[in-house]
Amino acid sequence: MEVIQLHYDVNANDFTCAGEASGKLKRELKRLGFEPDVVRRTAIAVYEAEINMVIHADGGAIDASISPECITVVLKDRGPGIPDVSLAMREGYSTAPENVRNLGFGAGMGLPNIKKYSDKVDIDTVIGEGTTITLRINTAPAEN
Amino acid sequence: MDTVFHSVSLDKEKCLGCMNCIKRCPTQAIRVRHGKATIISERCIDCGECIRICPHHAKSAKSDPLAIIEGYKYKIALPAPSLYGQFNNLTDVNYVLSAFIELGFDYVFEVARGAEMISDATRKLLKSNSLKKPVISSACPAVCRLIRVSYPDLIDNILTLNTPMDESAHLARKEAVERTGLAPEDIGIFFITPCPAKITSIKSPLGFSKSEVNGAIAINEIYPQLLNKMEHLNELKTLEQAGKIGVGWASSGGEAAGSMCERYIAADGIENVIKILEEVENEKLNNIDFIELNACTGGCVGGCLQVSNNFVAKTRLKTLRKYLPVSVNRLDTDEIPDEMCWDEKLEPLSVLKLADNVTDAMKLMNQVSEMVRNFPGLDCGTCGAPTCRALAEDIVRGYASIDHCIFRLKDEMKSNDMSPSELEKIIPVPFRGEIDEEKLKWT
Ligand SMILES: Nc1ncnc2c1ncn2[C@@H]1O[C@H](COP(=O)(O)OP(=O)(O)OP(=O)(O)O)[C@@H](O)[C@H]1O
Ligand code: SF4
Ligand SMILES: [Mg+2]
Repeated sequence: MEVIQLHYDVNANDFTCAGEASGKLKRELKRLGFEPDVVRRTAIAVYEAEINMVIHADGGAIDASISPECITVVLKDRGPGIPDVSLAMREGYSTAPENVRNLGFGAGMGLPNIKKYSDKVDIDTVIGEGTTITLRINTAPAEN
Repeated sequence: MDTVFHSVSLDKEKCLGCMNCIKRCPTQAIRVRHGKATIISERCIDCGECIRICPHHAKSAKSDPLAIIEGYKYKIALPAPSLYGQFNNLTDVNYVLSAFIELGFDYVFEVARGAEMISDATRKLLKSNSLKKPVISSACPAVCRLIRVSYPDLIDNILTLNTPMDESAHLARKEAVERTGLAPEDIGIFFITPCPAKITSIKSPLGFSKSEVNGAIAINEIYPQLLNKMEHLNELKTLEQAGKIGVGWASSGGEAAGSMCERYIAADGIENVIKILEEVENEKLNNIDFIELNACTGGCVGGCLQVSNNFVAKTRLKTLRKYLPVSVNRLDTDEIPDEMCWDEKLEPLSVLKLADNVTDAMKLMNQVSEMVRNFPGLDCGTCGAPTCRALAEDIVRGYASIDHCIFRLKDEMKSNDMSPSELEKIIPVPFRGEIDEEKLKWT
């Protein structure tokens, strides 16, 4: 079966680059001809997780594995970890610092959106070591 | 819907095959082959960026000559509001409008009038809360075409109302039939256009099947004759029938201001338009009600068929609008007339897809990635494609071959009996490794 592996490094030193990797992934999905809804859900979920990696962790790596049936994206960072995952998942909960709030982040909607748009989300987090988010989007059956 | 017609065209005689346009095109629709540029028709959105950038003026817009009006009994000019910004020290729009009459037109219907009608309809629709937010303006055809090609999932956000040009043409014909008693087909309606995108949308309209406009005359072509008539006007007639809102559509922000909603964005210039569409796609602008997008910098005053600099024109328009009433034209009912609305759904044009089904597309994508890894990543353009990635996609689609990349050609020639330094010389100087006998003065 045909599978595509894509890798993106997410650098936390330059905040202005945040969102680039998910943008690139989105363009690839469009070229592959996935349904617009699949592209949109994946792009938004990965965008939120990528931004979190930059704001709350120390950057990391994104690995997407794409097959005609499903898109799996693993976002792995070396950040501080999430002490209370169910609290972090709550709408409106945010520990974002003031400077990024001024840029429009920190509404505490990222993780809830990731959950909303993905068909499955796994959060594996270890305090002091980092967080790995694995999200899966089932694609609509391939047309034609 | 005819998607093949484009008003942007290439003069092969003038084209030298340089790389300027392939780099500039926002949809990567141009390649250079055999010393000439070629436009990939399905991808072209008629934005006019290539016309603007071409140093040899090889790209132009297929507009109509003034003589076209002779084919009709009753001739109506439809000047775009941005035309008013093209004249120095103009204090009264009636000079421009009267000059059209002296050029042989029977009537002038300002597109600013149609614009005010569309503004009114937009206000009503936004208030009714029946639209998918954020609503994206449909006034710039290049933007609508870009959405169709690159952002098909945003088609439902597009405001499905006529452009001011089409609305004006429709009203002008209706009025003229009533005024003259002539048959509708005896009336010729001619848009005085700032851009190729509007010309294209006359020949292949977006959102409906047939345009009421009979021809398009480019501003930069009619300009000298118009100016001449303005300078030697026999009679200054009072023809002006639009206000601040209508004339304001000429510059970026004018349409949005006319919509009277608080949460709006007005972005202009094709790169900015793309950035905003990306944000809408990522649902970052869900709190915005209305988005005005203009492919040209500054809005239609920046159209590639204008004669004046867009910043200069914008300032002139500000002066000109100063003492105009706010708005002169509005709907006389709360209902939005059917003729004002699109009657066809805009269909996506999925030209970015590598193949019709995902599995085939994935196979091709894997080949593309493999190829891209072996290209130098310089996006030098000597293969005729704008980027290494674009060449790789052309190759898997069957439109190009690996040896179009000079670096890969060199690799293939290694087996040959050329010496390494001779071989290195086939590489263009900026990318060439050091060769012993070659001493460059600046290094
Ligand atoms: N990768 C991560 N590493 C460490 N902490 C994280 C990570 N991702 C999220 N968090 C924690 O979870 C909280 C909630 O995340 P969420 O994305 O929902 O909101 P936010 O990033 O604060 O704001 P928004 O996403 O709306 O801009 C964050 O404020 C942060 O404390
Ligand atoms: S901004 Fe105006 S002038 Fe430019 S392409 Fe769009 S409609 Fe034409
Ligand atoms: Mg977040």
